[in-house]
Amino acid sequence: MKFAVVVFPGSNCDHDAYHAVKHVLGQEAEFVWHKDASLAGADAVILPGGFAHGDYLRTGAIARFSPIMREVRRFADAGGPVLGICNGFQVLLEAGLLPGAMLRNRSVKFQCEYVFLRVEQTDTPFTAGCRRGQILKVPIAHGEGNYYAEPDVIERLERNRQVIFRYTTATGAVTADANPNGSVRNIAGLCSDRRNVVGLMPHPERACELSLGSSDGLVVLESVVTFLSQGAVAAAR
Amino acid sequence: MRARVFVTLKPSVFDPQGTTVAEALHTLGYATVKDVRQGKYFELEIDAGTQDEARRVATEAADKLLANPVIESYRIEITGA
Repeated sequence: MKFAVVVFPGSNCDHDAYHAVKHVLGQEAEFVWHKDASLAGADAVILPGGFAHGDYLRTGAIARFSPIMREVRRFADAGGPVLGICNGFQVLLEAGLLPGAMLRNRSVKFQCEYVFLRVEQTDTPFTAGCRRGQILKVPIAHGEGNYYAEPDVIERLERNRQVIFRYTTATGAVTADANPNGSVRNIAGLCSDRRNVVGLMPHPERACELSLGSSDGLVVLESVVTFLSQGAVAAAR
Repeated sequence: MRARVFVTLKPSVFDPQGTTVAEALHTLGYATVKDVRQGKYFELEIDAGTQDEARRVATEAADKLLANPVIESYRIEITGA
């Protein structure tokens, strides 16, 4: 299958995503420039990490208006799997493809470290190959990953099981200390109400090889390959 | 015509930067400063015939781009004739 990796001016994890897809996963990958009008016939789309448009104004605020985002929206509306990683997640929030917004980290510092994520739901294209409750060790690298949404939105997300990754301890406990940025309810990743659009602040694509410290992130990319080849959602319940 | 757009975090939204600035002010001895909220300020030069027209354009700009309605609100002042 083929992944499109969208490149904005200022993206800097585009090659990490490309490498993970093409050289670790052995799938097809193609860069798509933000001014392109087509996703090159891709089966899945990755909005990579970085600092699209220099993070000017707000993270993702300008990228949202890039021409390719019209296609990304069309693709998402048609049910296609879209993964936003870090800055890509911020772009999805600004574009309204996922609810909520990002604030500065509680620490007001750029947090660059390994964190533990608990997989909360497995009926999305990017967690279909996970076990519910599985703990993934993956890195974060962001200054604005403090997820916020109004309380009624948070309640809706919980009710619809749209919170799919949470920051936890190594043993899966949701604690304040395990929360690296102050996100509401330790939320690290979400899916859309139709579950095909997924955003997360941590970087699974940087944790796909043991030689890089962890291969726990590979399952996220593997999941979508399995998901699309089976054409079915693994039952979470 | 000039539009001044003041974008601020909604009162319900925690402001880590404002809190840090407040702590710095306390360190400097400004104990009377109880709270700081940090925002953004924009000046838009708008080619418009009337203040209403300028306000309409500035409001659209704020809604579409300058402010994120999830976390921010804004206030607009128009000057010039």
